[in-house]
Amino acid sequence: MEYFAIVIGAIFVNNIVLAQFLGICPYIGVSAKVSTSVGMSGAVLFVMTLATIVTFLIYNYILEPFNITYLQTISYILVISSLVQMVEIMLKKVSPELYQALGIFLPLITTNCAIMGVALLTIQNEFNLLQGVVFAISHAAGFALAIILFAGIREHMELMDLPKAMRGAPAALVVAGILALAFMGFAGLV
Amino acid sequence: MKQWNNFTKGFIKDNPVFILLLGLCPALGVTTSAFNGFGMGLATTFVLLGSNIVVSIIKNVIPNKVRIPCFIVIIASFVTIVQLTMEAFLPDLFDSLGLFIPLIVVNCLVMGRAEAFASKQDIWSSIVDAMGMGLGFTLALTMLGGLREILGAYSIFGIQLIPGVTDGMLVFVLAPGAFIGMGYLIILFNYMKKKTA
Repeated sequence: MEYFAIVIGAIFVNNIVLAQFLGICPYIGVSAKVSTSVGMSGAVLFVMTLATIVTFLIYNYILEPFNITYLQTISYILVISSLVQMVEIMLKKVSPELYQALGIFLPLITTNCAIMGVALLTIQNEFNLLQGVVFAISHAAGFALAIILFAGIREHMELMDLPKAMRGAPAALVVAGILALAFMGFAGLV
Repeated sequence: MKQWNNFTKGFIKDNPVFILLLGLCPALGVTTSAFNGFGMGLATTFVLLGSNIVVSIIKNVIPNKVRIPCFIVIIASFVTIVQLTMEAFLPDLFDSLGLFIPLIVVNCLVMGRAEAFASKQDIWSSIVDAMGMGLGFTLALTMLGGLREILGAYSIFGIQLIPGVTDGMLVFVLAPGAFIGMGYLIILFNYMKKKTA
């Protein structure tokens, strides 16, 4: 039941993009086509889960015992960016197909604040490791839901005759606002 | 004159939020009121100024291949300074900005200026650039925060505009209002950019 609440809460109620405003850059940047947004979601799922596990271990077994939690920001960002590099190199060797699919999205992920945000939130909510993993996977699923829905809408919007000033980012943001409005319907579910 | 252009380019022509679309996450996340937007803008300006100065000083020492990790460490150090200082002296603001203070470290604006400007220019130009871009970012966040506060609570910087009336259009304080307000402000800035160009 507790895990169920984490999953529903992360996907619908506190959707990472539409309610918590994390990962807006890829949300606006790579959502022009459904296929690229699926690739991005896969990369986010992969890195977010790994990063949460690694940062959880670092916080609980290195930072806290040695009383250096003020180094949290610096150590997290270093760990996440080197993790992304490492994943990229390993994927290239181990699974070329997966690398083909996720490859170009991996470097972009380092500056995706959703990864860092979820790692910080896991510590803030005082989850244990399993809860943290479930939390990360459901947040990634929430990201995938939001960005794939959005990409579907944007593909249709290509065909519309919008006023010149509204084309591109402004129209995309207004549509995201309406999507966020729809997601507010889930408020209070958990 | 060159420095003046360098300083003012961040306000309208190259406004980091509305024109370049950098740093959208904090711009949407913290701007529930004009004051929060202003505080976040100043915190980011401080980090930007510090990282631009340091990057510009040590740009010849950093090997080209590892420059990005070096920039990240410099930026993260300044973010930690802001985080600890704000927690000590402005605990209320720290609470309302929450997660977005440590997340300045992944703000593409700070990284972008280090990579595109400070690593190539002298220290004086980098300071001017950081101040201009930082104030442009602060301006953008304060505008969006002000818009949302006026429409959502009929107040600005905590001062009631209509005495006795406090319940505005709640949607503008909540998440959807951030996206919609941002969309329309981008249209306004595109229009202004066209006018001045």
